[in-house]
Amino acid sequence: MATSPLLSHTSLSDTVAWRGNAPVSVAQFLRDATYLAERLPAGRHVLNVCRDRYRFAVGLAAAMMTDKVSLLPPTHTPETVQQLQLFAADVFCLHDSEQCDIALPQLPYPAIPDAFPLEARIPHIDIEQVVSIVFTSGSTGMPMPHPKTWGGLVRNVRAQAEQLGLKSGVSHAIVGTVPPQHMYGFESTVLLPLQSANALCSAQPFYPADICETLDAITMPRLLVSTPLHLRTLLEAGLPLPRVEMVLSATAMLSPQLAQAVESGFNAPLLEIYGCTETGQIATRRTTRTLEWSLFPNVRLVSREGGVWAEGGHVEHPVALNDKIELTGAGRFLLHGRLQDLINIAGKRSSLAHLNVQLTAIPGVVDGAFYMPDEVSHDHVTRLAACVVAPGLDAKTLLKALRERIDPVFLPRPLLFVDALPRNSTGKLPREALKNLIENRFNRDAA
Amino acid sequence: MTEKYTPTEEAALQLEIAELMVQALNLDVSAAEIQPDEPLYGNGLGLDSIDILEVALVVSKRYGLQLKADSEDNHRIFGSLRSLTEYVAAHKTR
Repeated sequence: MATSPLLSHTSLSDTVAWRGNAPVSVAQFLRDATYLAERLPAGRHVLNVCRDRYRFAVGLAAAMMTDKVSLLPPTHTPETVQQLQLFAADVFCLHDSEQCDIALPQLPYPAIPDAFPLEARIPHIDIEQVVSIVFTSGSTGMPMPHPKTWGGLVRNVRAQAEQLGLKSGVSHAIVGTVPPQHMYGFESTVLLPLQSANALCSAQPFYPADICETLDAITMPRLLVSTPLHLRTLLEAGLPLPRVEMVLSATAMLSPQLAQAVESGFNAPLLEIYGCTETGQIATRRTTRTLEWSLFPNVRLVSREGGVWAEGGHVEHPVALNDKIELTGAGRFLLHGRLQDLINIAGKRSSLAHLNVQLTAIPGVVDGAFYMPDEVSHDHVTRLAACVVAPGLDAKTLLKALRERIDPVFLPRPLLFVDALPRNSTGKLPREALKNLIENRFNRDAA
Repeated sequence: MTEKYTPTEEAALQLEIAELMVQALNLDVSAAEIQPDEPLYGNGLGLDSIDILEVALVVSKRYGLQLKADSEDNHRIFGSLRSLTEYVAAHKTR
């Protein structure tokens, strides 16, 4: 059986995490994982919603050590949680909040006694073991599972470490403003530090001042893993920026202007990361130097069947990409936005088809459709609009029902009530017609 | 140091913050319609963390303060218009 170590640190005294300003050694981390592993219920599937990234990582490690699978759905709405239970009836929820309202059997993250013995051995995990299943929202209403083996994930983040030049022997602390429960944060803020002998950080700082404070508390070279939204608000806040060695950004494309401002502000390189749930990360670019993306070593893009596919390297099965891609040379490409119908808001993915299914499934909704306005600015988040025919419902009731089904970032603004949708004779709803309807109504209201 | 606010001053500040919020987020409601004790986050006004970052930025510039999550709950300050107003009143420098 081929195996790969849970973490790539070579000494039990190496720092593997920071909790606030306190470093945590490999031996302590493994102790906590062992303690938790011994207390996990019998079910094979874990929904790990710990907000504290250290606890999330301990939960992930404990699950791996007991051959359990961590489920990473795109959102935690009641509807999605129900669907997860259909997918895996034995799923339980590991959480660290005072009050967790997820309707699954719950395991609160335990207080781990200091007296529990330190671990003296780094566990090895079968590379064929499925350690997590990441879900995308799918287009039919059911989340689509994407199983991830340990070997695949390890290859993925080791390629990332190489691409970022993190193998220099200097240990870094990786601070993330993104949650560990989505693919980007899972890879870049949890697996990357574990598999490149670096340190993860428990905090998920939110406000600009929190980000600066979290970075300042760590006495080690630092990396910041973030998004265009967090980076823009951080720079606009005008605070003195702590020193970092590198900034990573993903979830949406940065404008070259913001990329330049980030590099000048931090006096450090900014790398954007490209990837998706199905492939994991596959390319980076230094946006201030070039708009071309460079693929990870061994990953290839090929044009086939009218689309562009990613394959090779850590990508175990070829994946058709959902973006408009122009291949520009060996291992290089340009991105020209999403394919029609697909939505990406602040890193959360969905499709108009899926959202329309959810909208029209609400009792009282006769017809309805979401609309994605043309993007106004790169660094600002563009929101969806929706038109709905629902004579018996008011906006409040409808939004409440929608909130049970879809992630809040997709909630429509504005939500327009109309008598009928401008469908053509074949029942199709042309985007232009919907656009006119929404813009006319908006202009009329504004006038 | 921050001085104490009279109820009238606090009400004026509350309305001013509501107006900043409506403007920053292009909300469909008027400032006066935002109920002081209604949740801003989730059900209620329906803001999410993206909105909260935008409002935090506008508020921090207008009042010369930096918002900080004093607990793991990033959105406690944004519990309601009233709690946001209280936070601003306690921390504003201009």
